[in-house]
Amino acid sequence: MGFCLMEGNEAMAWGAVDSGCRFFAGYPITPATTIFNALLKLLPPLGGICLQGEDEIASIGYCLGASMGGLKVMTATSGPGISLYSEHISFAIGSEIPIVIVDVQRLGPSTGSATRGADGDIQFLRWGNSGGLPVIVLAPVDVKDCYSLTVEAFNLAEEFRCPVFIASNKEIAMTRENIDMDAFGIPRIIDRSSPPPGRPFIPFEVPSDSRTPYFLPIGGRTIVRQTSSTHGPDGYITTDSDEIAGIQDRLNTKLLSAVAEFSFHESFPEEDADTLLLAYGITGRAGRDAYNALKKSGKPVSLLILKTLWPVPEELIREKAGPVKRVVVVEMNLGQYVREIERILPDKKIDFLGRMDGKLITPRQIEEVVFDV
Amino acid sequence: MSSLLNTSRPPVFCPGCSHDRITHALDKAFLNLGFQGEDVVIVTDIGCSGLFDTFFNTHAFHGLHGRALTYATGLKMAHPELNVIVTMGDGGLGIGGAHILSACRRNLDLTLLVLNNFNFGMTGGQFSATTPLNALVGSGFLNRMERPIDVCQVASSAGAPYAKRFSSYAKNLVEEMENAIRFEGFSILDIWGICPGRYTKRNRLTPKTIEDTLAKMPSMKNPVPENLRKEYGRHYRELAAHQKPVQRPTTIERQFTPPEAGRKEVIILGSAGQRIITAGEILCLAGLAAGLQTTQKNEYNITVLRGHSITEVILSPEEIGYTGIERPDVVLALSQDGVERRRHIFENLDDQSLIILGKEIDLPPCNAEVHPIDFKALKIKPHDRALASLGILAKLSRIIHPDMLESAIKYRFRSAVLASAQDMVERAKIG
Repeated sequence: MGFCLMEGNEAMAWGAVDSGCRFFAGYPITPATTIFNALLKLLPPLGGICLQGEDEIASIGYCLGASMGGLKVMTATSGPGISLYSEHISFAIGSEIPIVIVDVQRLGPSTGSATRGADGDIQFLRWGNSGGLPVIVLAPVDVKDCYSLTVEAFNLAEEFRCPVFIASNKEIAMTRENIDMDAFGIPRIIDRSSPPPGRPFIPFEVPSDSRTPYFLPIGGRTIVRQTSSTHGPDGYITTDSDEIAGIQDRLNTKLLSAVAEFSFHESFPEEDADTLLLAYGITGRAGRDAYNALKKSGKPVSLLILKTLWPVPEELIREKAGPVKRVVVVEMNLGQYVREIERILPDKKIDFLGRMDGKLITPRQIEEVVFDV
Repeated sequence: MSSLLNTSRPPVFCPGCSHDRITHALDKAFLNLGFQGEDVVIVTDIGCSGLFDTFFNTHAFHGLHGRALTYATGLKMAHPELNVIVTMGDGGLGIGGAHILSACRRNLDLTLLVLNNFNFGMTGGQFSATTPLNALVGSGFLNRMERPIDVCQVASSAGAPYAKRFSSYAKNLVEEMENAIRFEGFSILDIWGICPGRYTKRNRLTPKTIEDTLAKMPSMKNPVPENLRKEYGRHYRELAAHQKPVQRPTTIERQFTPPEAGRKEVIILGSAGQRIITAGEILCLAGLAAGLQTTQKNEYNITVLRGHSITEVILSPEEIGYTGIERPDVVLALSQDGVERRRHIFENLDDQSLIILGKEIDLPPCNAEVHPIDFKALKIKPHDRALASLGILAKLSRIIHPDMLESAIKYRFRSAVLASAQDMVERAKIG
């Protein structure tokens, strides 16, 4: 067995291509640009399309058009760009347009520090849309996840017709690492489902056994309507409040009810531990080192590394935190996801370790917080 | 052939609105061109022009204000055979200004109808990018200071090969639309009209005054001769067809045993332009050739050829978690910038640590074993010093040995660059 050397962004580009992504549009921004660079080399020879938009709004707009044309699409940006994506994120949620959106997070606020990492957009990704409906956010820990979670992101976007975010971080995206590409095998690919033939197509009609409408592309032989306005199953504006309530409920439930099917994580339970360490993203790696060091020194803690952040995998978190009294949440910001943990574990003692200065949280810092009870 | 108008959803414009004329003219144009509903997508913006997609039995895409051209671009690239018609008001033209300019420059085969009625009808008659200075509008006195743009002049100077202005009341309205749709490339039609709900309540504008004003405007040739060129989609596919397929990344098999056992950490402290990151990559590749796992974490500023450049490389037989380095086994100190940025690490070093030091660099006090190198005397330029230092490391059999390094360099470089890299590694001597 041998390894390749690859940065996270490049692994994402390969994950996208292997998932069937054939359209990418982006605007140059550090630390996301190397995804664009890689896909500009990968897509055109495959008959795919890679465009540089005049700005971020255009880039994601191209993607929404191409996705409704039937292509699997991806875009990638960082904090200032994800801010500009906002109106189109809302559109993709409400009008059920499949798209994978990579946010290679950098230190904010605003233009912040282009070449320093952070996990400062974790609540923004969830709530940075008008209407407040749920989204899916996956968080890679290393270069392997950058590949495999990209595949998962495409599958989820197709299955649920929704935007799926990958919350990466400069420290994963632009860090090179060994990766065994052959170990992944041929990924399982999900495609958006076409309606059964022989009936008139109603663009937002939902099959009886699902909460996600069938898909047909704009540009095919059947006429398809898409709209950002509040619409009924026929894709025309509706003002019927019962119909509107039904649709909002469906958009809300289609993801919330399904999160148990895609609660990606790594779990390291320790029998005698009274503390659970909870981390995600690049900080999961320091968490793993701290977990190993504490185990070695005879003071074991359990460890849960979340790779699905939104919808919050509540069932999973409750189960893993069940045996412990205390949960230490570690994240590369001033306290964002810890709010969710406090919300769903009101009976546990919740401690927090955060940092937002462009530096990684070290395993030693985590050990100190665990011990300083 | 029959009309593509959606009889179950008739137009809902104010009585006397010129958008109604445009709706019917567009339908006639479709009819004359022989289009079926599935041959066309109508992409609409926001405001009254944003209702157009609902009046037709065609593919339809209605989105956010000013962004219609962006969706149209994605759709046309995905379906080159589809006729993509975009409707937008003078409001969408303003807020989507960057997209207009970009569409003109790009020349993708889209047809944009700007339904120009000189104000924001739906929100209360506020001024737009085309409102005359002396018009009375819903924005109080604010329009008096902002000069209206001439859509066609802006479009043609941005490269639109087809940019035409005319009245909604023009006798040849249908023919104008047909010509624009038939044109292979980006066409923009600035169609002047009357907004009875808002604009003409306080401003005098009639088909006659529109005609008179248009007659006084600078005439333009269409297609615009100096802007005629290959259509973007066709051109894209031509160029894309010549791009070489990318091979899947090749795997580096374990061929060597590393000179030292266990996890090793190296920091290279340099400046931008010194090929610090490339040297770090070579070190990682050398590690892979010895079956080690590796991470390379980089730190640099946004400036390209100025400021520090630092790379932290870990080589380990075990999986690597945390990617930072607190206490390196080896430091390659190659610029003062880099050393200053990581001044604090030197106090952590003990006599087991090794520093390869550019002779001219001041080092903070520390207990490490220091190898000063006179790179100048060895005629090794700043951009080669990181690689040369790896040569020294290999000669000292610290972390890597010469065979590991040679294999990494051969993997990374080809032909002349390879020869020069090999020469650099050879030339590096312990001072």
